[in-house]
Amino acid sequence: MIAPPRIWWKPLGLYERRWLLIAFVWSIFLTAMMPLWFFLGRQNVPATTYRVEPADFQQRVMAFTEQYQVDTLNGIPVVEPPPGSDVYLLARQWQWYPVLKLKKGETYRLHISSVDVLHGFSIQPLNMNFMVVPGYDYVLTLTPTTSGEYAVVCNEFCGIGHHVMISKILVTE
Amino acid sequence: MTVAAIPQAGERAEFRTCTATGLKVDLAAERLIIANAVAAVVFLLIGGIAALLISLTRWQVIHLLPADWFYRLLTAHGFDMLVAWIVFFEVAGLYFGGAIMLNARLVQPKLAWLAYILMIVGAVMVNGIVLAGKADVMFTAYVPLKAHPLFYVGVILFAVGALLALGIFFATVIVAKVEGRYEGSLPLVVYGLVTAAIIATYTLLSGALAFVPALFWSMDLIEYYNPAFFRNLFWSFGHPAQQINLAAMVAIWYGLAAITVGAVPINEKLSRLAFILYILFINLGSAHHLLVDPGPSFAWKVTNTSYAMYLAVLGSMIHAFSIPAAVEVALRRRGHTRGLFEWLRKAPWKEPGFAALVVSMFVFGWIGGVTGVTIGTEQINMLAHNTLRIPGHFHATVVGGTTLAFMGFTYYVIPLIFRRELKFKTWATWQPYIYGLGMALVAVGFVAAGIQGVSRRHWDITFAQAPFQTPVPGTVSLAMAVFGIGALIAIVGGIMYLVIVLASVFTGAKIEPRQATLMIDPPPAMGYLSDKEEHNRKLQPHGTWVIVIIFLMFFAAYYLSNWWLLGRLWIVR
Ligand code: HEM
Ligand SMILES: [Cu+2]
Ligand SMILES: [Cu+2]
Repeated sequence: MIAPPRIWWKPLGLYERRWLLIAFVWSIFLTAMMPLWFFLGRQNVPATTYRVEPADFQQRVMAFTEQYQVDTLNGIPVVEPPPGSDVYLLARQWQWYPVLKLKKGETYRLHISSVDVLHGFSIQPLNMNFMVVPGYDYVLTLTPTTSGEYAVVCNEFCGIGHHVMISKILVTE
Repeated sequence: MTVAAIPQAGERAEFRTCTATGLKVDLAAERLIIANAVAAVVFLLIGGIAALLISLTRWQVIHLLPADWFYRLLTAHGFDMLVAWIVFFEVAGLYFGGAIMLNARLVQPKLAWLAYILMIVGAVMVNGIVLAGKADVMFTAYVPLKAHPLFYVGVILFAVGALLALGIFFATVIVAKVEGRYEGSLPLVVYGLVTAAIIATYTLLSGALAFVPALFWSMDLIEYYNPAFFRNLFWSFGHPAQQINLAAMVAIWYGLAAITVGAVPINEKLSRLAFILYILFINLGSAHHLLVDPGPSFAWKVTNTSYAMYLAVLGSMIHAFSIPAAVEVALRRRGHTRGLFEWLRKAPWKEPGFAALVVSMFVFGWIGGVTGVTIGTEQINMLAHNTLRIPGHFHATVVGGTTLAFMGFTYYVIPLIFRRELKFKTWATWQPYIYGLGMALVAVGFVAAGIQGVSRRHWDITFAQAPFQTPVPGTVSLAMAVFGIGALIAIVGGIMYLVIVLASVFTGAKIEPRQATLMIDPPPAMGYLSDKEEHNRKLQPHGTWVIVIIFLMFFAAYYLSNWWLLGRLWIVR
């Protein structure tokens, strides 16, 4: 509250010096963890992105669905693409399209985009989360390592039907 | 009360001398502080009503509101709290720091009133259009979700008003220096406020840059507004705006520590360095919101999210040591030197400002800071983005931390500026503990639910009306119950605050305060430490050292366990 004495740039006390050093080392560690994980870790945020016209993306999704549809679930097509292939998932108010059936241990290039507003791609209860932005084709190179039924929920507010926007990813052994 | 009229450069400022502190108080500044503080509290009230209703909706057991009203009130809550309450209070704080703490006059009070009117009109406009159901877009208003044009107009007017207020603050500080109103360097509290104001300036400019095209777009004057671009611009405003709150809060922490225990910063150099780190690095934080967005590269994300090697975090860690250390040394100087923690036992726990300081620092640092750095880690963000972990984090920072510090500070502003006796003083003692406990539970409940994947901004986690349902595990219900109970406790704390403030301002006895403290005798005035004191072993912050080391261990445990959680996800690249 009071004005400091004229000379306030005094040397640090012992504890202050030690804390500053520890805090600095900790900051460096926090920074280093990210590139380390980038090279050594298996879960990294995908960066592959293409610009895409929403209408074009929708067309690709439709063609993809037609090609690999195996079933329907509550009126929505279920699609089983071959391992290693390009997989498309469309977000729109307030539905994910189509339902995906994947194989455990296989790698897919999953393209996600939206035809209207922002959506949030969230696989639950696994808890992996990515943004879906119209005009951008976001490519997740994804390898399911566990099998079972997973929910895909929308976790970016996308209008009044936000809370009904849910779908499934089925992972078979 | 003495009123002196001092003509200056054609302006006439009228002063009174504060009977408690001896500071000269510019009456024009005083009126503006009162007006801004009252507006802040009114928006806190509106935001608080919304908080109660949305909390009772998210707590699935009660599930009070229908979906449209939930989203509507969530939009209002975000704006009224994060923008209106906080910024009005900060403007009051800036006028207080710039004019009164420097013994100076506020330049251009007329312009300051104009700023005030712009902000009020803007905030009322936003509330009106949101409650009318024409802007169910959340306060983030991500393009291409479209709101009524008046929503954007309201936000822009508010921002322009706030920018004007910042200009007045800078002019006031400069004029104070030119007119020789204070000697030597700026006091640390004002220095912190200047930091906040510098950050605020570039923040608000980004805000204007984001919202002006959005306005045109909502009026169909431009056809396409790139959503990714809007997100980047919006968060160049939205995230650094949080650092304004941070800098203002830290300044208030130093102020509360000075008022309640007579603390002086033990090393000015270090404390000031920490503020400089904020200015330099904190504007990079917009990346925190874009970590799992399509577009930016790994290098961009990492450089930005870490504020260039966590140097802004370093700033906060410096304060996390410096402030408790200053408190400890002040108490040790009064003779509480036994062992590691005698000073803590003898601390003035009954004094509302001290309670607010300690609770605010704890909730901010231990819950808000630790969770924030963790979810802001590029890869770990995949586990947290848009889950309840995010609101969990910021209800610990901006609510349990900043808001609580502001609340504690108000109890001193009322006698000193409003010159009203503070009513319900024992309530004021309890309020920070109750509010802080509630907020800690809200934050912990949210974080625990978020770790299990529960989304934020979501009306119904059972998906009852959706084509597919997901079972809600018992552990999620438990986390949401912790949040719900915490919310109710925090609401009680919030009501206590509003009752104390409104009752004191409108019905408190008019007084000329004799002292700054409320429940205890004012701490003896202590200057800076002498050289001899600085080397006295009994006056070293031994206790704080132990506390910060435990803090760091807790931090590391939480941080590393999140890497472990991340390692269990599917493989993704
Ligand atoms: C008693 C006090 C409070 C309670 C119980 C409370 C509760 C809540 C709840 C339940 C949500 C919705 C979370 C979600 O579904 O995503 C929320 C969101 C939010 N709160 Fe609070 N809150 C309180 C005070 C505050 C204060 C004082 C501030 C700011 C200073 C604040 C800022 C926000 C913001 C920015 C959001 C996010 C809005 C959005 O997602 O658009 N809250 N709060
Ligand atoms: Cu959606
Ligand atoms: Cu949604």
